[in-house]
Amino acid sequence: MNQTLIDYTLHLADNALIIAQRNAELCAHSPILEQDIAITNITLDLIGQSRNFYQYSAVLKADGSTEDSLAYLRDVRAFKNCLITEIPNGDWGQTILRQYFFSSFQFLLFQQLQHSKDEQLAAIATKSLKEITYHVRWSSEWVIRLGDGTEESRNRMIKAIDALWTYTGEFFIPVEYETKTALEGFGVDVTTLKKEWEEKVKAVFEEATLAFPEKSFYQTGGKTGVHTEQLGFILSDLQFLQRAYPGAEW
Amino acid sequence: MVRSSTISTDAIWEILEQVTDPEVPVLTITDLGIVRDVKINDDEVEVVITPTYTGCPAMDMIAMNIRLALIENGYSKIKITSVLSPAWTTDWMSEDGKRKLLEYGIAPPHLLSTDPSTIEIQCPQCMSSNTKCISEFGSTACKALYQCNDCKEPFDYFKCH
Repeated sequence: MNQTLIDYTLHLADNALIIAQRNAELCAHSPILEQDIAITNITLDLIGQSRNFYQYSAVLKADGSTEDSLAYLRDVRAFKNCLITEIPNGDWGQTILRQYFFSSFQFLLFQQLQHSKDEQLAAIATKSLKEITYHVRWSSEWVIRLGDGTEESRNRMIKAIDALWTYTGEFFIPVEYETKTALEGFGVDVTTLKKEWEEKVKAVFEEATLAFPEKSFYQTGGKTGVHTEQLGFILSDLQFLQRAYPGAEW
Repeated sequence: MVRSSTISTDAIWEILEQVTDPEVPVLTITDLGIVRDVKINDDEVEVVITPTYTGCPAMDMIAMNIRLALIENGYSKIKITSVLSPAWTTDWMSEDGKRKLLEYGIAPPHLLSTDPSTIEIQCPQCMSSNTKCISEFGSTACKALYQCNDCKEPFDYFKCH
């Protein structure tokens, strides 16, 4: 059993599940119907990705874990998602920007993960990349529309950048299981993705007439299970049914 | 009960050609290119499928419908295997499938190799190419929402994937 590979796979699964759970809060609550459909379709793709990673984690663990037990029965400290995925939706601007930052990162990460020595991780990455391409296109169009929109929408985007920027650094600050899996050829060295990510974001911000924040203190901890106070609330919602009625099925 | 010695993969493919997609019932799963392989392991029938979109909720139902169709035809030992690689693409959709989609009112996907600048999404109602995208995401993960500028009808476009 390769604990490092299990941790890494769970990290990828948790990232997708937690941002999906946040987006799912908007189901039937988005500003307009078409965008409600868009954000929930993205949610569906992300849940699908998380299922693939959880199923594979369960195979690797080989201890009776299932995709369901991994999603529904682990507590806060066991979750390895980046902090940005658990930040509240805020207004539409903040939701969009969080998705844009995350999808642009996922795009670069999975481009590399396609070449993983681990066949299953490579297959999941290749498959997911097709969907992520849509997520990047859709969310970047919204960043541009709102940033270069009205005074109100522009101010909201500036506030959203202020709220989220401090969480973006964590993408590129590796923890032990990332460094180890990257060395073994299973994972990706995230430090190599930072420059390209920043260039992509800069180009979109420029089109959106938004200033690119040059310096920041970056929050970290999520990848090793040290979360914001938000994750407990997310899990209490996400896990309620299985905790209250263990083993409940449709 | 079908005996192992009499199982032929052709017969299995014929049954699978009758199984339809629950979200787009005009298409069969073989039209969509979801079935990747059929294997006979002694007296067991193994159907290898691949998901269209990772989170497509129709996949669980499709697996169940395959099982039911095989049971109805007398096969009892059935294994359904899901593979992710190579990743599904709309290029695997049959020409017959594309024609059926159009007749059903959904604009079919272009080939991935098509130059994006030359792509025209035709309105399935009046065949006009003067159409616009309303939303990148439509009623299911595989579709985008379009509208015809001539006849004004909104329609689904099966995204090139």
